[in-house]
Amino acid sequence: MSTATQTLDARGMNCPLPILRTKKALTDLAKGDTLAVVATDPGSLKDMQAFCKQTGNELVSSSENQGEFAFLIRKS
Amino acid sequence: MGANETGLAASFDQTLFNQWFDERFETRMAERDAAHVPSLAIIATKGTLDWAYPPFILASTAGALGWDVSVFFTFYGLELLKKDLHLEISPLGNPSMPMRMPFGPQWLKNVNWHIPNVVMAGVPGFEKVATGLMQQTVKSKGVASIDELRDACLEADAKLYACQMTVDLFGYSQDDFIPEIAGWIGAASFLPQAQKSDVCLFI
Repeated sequence: MSTATQTLDARGMNCPLPILRTKKALTDLAKGDTLAVVATDPGSLKDMQAFCKQTGNELVSSSENQGEFAFLIRKS
Repeated sequence: MGANETGLAASFDQTLFNQWFDERFETRMAERDAAHVPSLAIIATKGTLDWAYPPFILASTAGALGWDVSVFFTFYGLELLKKDLHLEISPLGNPSMPMRMPFGPQWLKNVNWHIPNVVMAGVPGFEKVATGLMQQTVKSKGVASIDELRDACLEADAKLYACQMTVDLFGYSQDDFIPEIAGWIGAASFLPQAQKSDVCLFI
C-alpha cells in the first residue's frame, strides 16, 4: 500500500462511486504510476476487475480483509 | 489471353486462398474490435428521485469506462437537467418500494411500514416526508447524490441532450436548465445517434 504513487479511500461509498473516484484519480497519474484503492462496497471486487479490463489498466492485486477491499492498479 | 486465364486458374489454390483469407479476416476484425470505442445511448423519460438514478449511474459509469455516452432527456426526464434539482419520490402506487426508517435502533430500521394507499394519498406533505427519508437513506448508505452523478457525467464528456418539444410543451425556459446541455434536439436528431450505439436503453 505504502509503495503506491497515490492512495484513494473509497470506504463507505456505494456503486458506482468507487469506480468514478478511481477513474478520476487515475486521470491525474502518469503512465506506470500506481493507485491503491480501499473500499467497503462488496460489488467493487467484480467492478474493479471489469473496470481495469475495459480501460486497459493493470489490476496488480486485489484482496479482502474484514469487509475491506484493497486494490492496486497500475496505469497503462 | 486464353493461355493467361488457364495459367492463373492452374496456379490458383482455393484451399490456400481460403486459409489466407480466414487468417487475414481474423486479424483485421481483432484490430477493428481493439480500436472500437463502445457507445451508450439512453433515453431518460422519468423525473422522480428514484428514476433519476438509473440513467445517471449507467451514463457516469460508462463514461468512467471510456465509452462515448449520450443521453436524451424527454418529458419528465427533462426535470433531471434543471439547474436546481428538486426531485421527489412518491410511494403512492408503488407497492415495491420498501418503507423503512433511515434512523433509530436496528429493530426499527428493519420494520417495513405498510401504509395504506388512502393514507399516502390523503396526508398532506406525505411525498415531502418520503423524499426526505429517501435522501437520508441515500446519504447513510454512501450512495451518490444525483448532482454528483450528473457532474460525473459532464466530467466524462457525456452528451446530455434536452428534448425541445418538451420544453415548449411544459412551458419551460432554456434558462431553467444547466448550461452544459449539448443540444436542444428532437427525436429525428437523437435516433441516428441511438442507431449507431452499441447499447441503447429507454429509461
